[in-house]
Amino acid sequence: MSDSDDLIDELLRIGARYGDAPAEVLPTRPDVIIVRAGSIVVKAHAPGAAEAPLVERMRAVARPALRGIMLEPLTEEVAVVHDRLVTVWPAGVPVDHRDPDAAPWEAAARLLARLHAVPARELPSLPAAGGPARVAATVARLDGDSAAERVVRRALACLPALDAGPGSPTHGDWHMGQLVRLPGGWILIDVDDLGIGDPAWDLARPAAWFAAGLLEPEVWHRFLGAYRAAGGLAAGAGADPWERLDLPAQAMTVQLTAAAVATAKREGRPLDEVEQVLIDTCQRIVQLRSACHSVPTQ
Amino acid sequence: MQCPKCRGAMRTYERNGVHIDQCDGCRGIFLDYGELETLTRMESQWSQSHAAPPPPPPPPVHGAPAWGAPHHGGHYGHHRQRSWVGMLFST
Repeated sequence: MSDSDDLIDELLRIGARYGDAPAEVLPTRPDVIIVRAGSIVVKAHAPGAAEAPLVERMRAVARPALRGIMLEPLTEEVAVVHDRLVTVWPAGVPVDHRDPDAAPWEAAARLLARLHAVPARELPSLPAAGGPARVAATVARLDGDSAAERVVRRALACLPALDAGPGSPTHGDWHMGQLVRLPGGWILIDVDDLGIGDPAWDLARPAAWFAAGLLEPEVWHRFLGAYRAAGGLAAGAGADPWERLDLPAQAMTVQLTAAAVATAKREGRPLDEVEQVLIDTCQRIVQLRSACHSVPTQ
Repeated sequence: MQCPKCRGAMRTYERNGVHIDQCDGCRGIFLDYGELETLTRMESQWSQSHAAPPPPPPPPVHGAPAWGAPHHGGHYGHHRQRSWVGMLFST
């Protein structure tokens, strides 16, 4: 029996202990394992995840200040099972992948606005939000020298240094998969990148999709409008949201492109049209940033 | 003056302030000190005044960044593409 079988057996046992139905493994991203047992899920976090920051994040989401905004765990406890960090949560209904047009953009925007407005003093100390570090990590995993990989690396090299900076509570890795429906409504999930940082990073994915021409302007404006109407300040208060969103959205474009290039490579196929759109966007970032930085040669 | 190449006789011409010595035999041309630089300068002035002016930057699309897609609205047809849906829902 392999280590991963042992790990899954142990997760199924934990599921059976907390849950109210037979435990089963749910499909999810490759570095995480999710076991569902009726109304609860058991999560084995990515290999190599650090324990101390996860403990801080679990404490934060168990606080009343985040109730109704981020999913509250069944227990704050972080178990260690076969070198993996394991946590237990209520199960919710994810957004339907087969019907992306029905995705709850406004509900997501309002939850993010509420999260960003939580005073940090009402939470225990939190690590830096995870968004900026993910960009470099995703690009660093590219191991080839194809034209697409070179464009991604050049685009990253054009950007100024990325760090979470001071700011407010920030989800750190928000996308439509980070939302589940409970009887009380939609709620944010996944504490892995929760922390203090520039909340503009939580708007960076939809901003990047909109800028690339993948997300309809109508949907983007619904999302941004709902965020601002709920008091969200990450896009500034003025007319031009891009003063605040430009750098996080460019960095996120680089990350999304790196992930897309890696996926196409893993699947042994050329880039599809959507992935090529991301490469084109990276190229425009390089052109624009290079134009800003270039100096006359004479 | 004698042509340094074929020893033929050289004739002096003046064109726009540049002295040119041309050999009647081999048609080779000799330039005085500084004349090549003068020609280069004149050439670049000519090409600057004749080159098309740089295209004006595209007007900013209202509410979209300068590095965004040039013609907003081009890609939505690929909306059901697996990679787009995957990106919408995953880290």
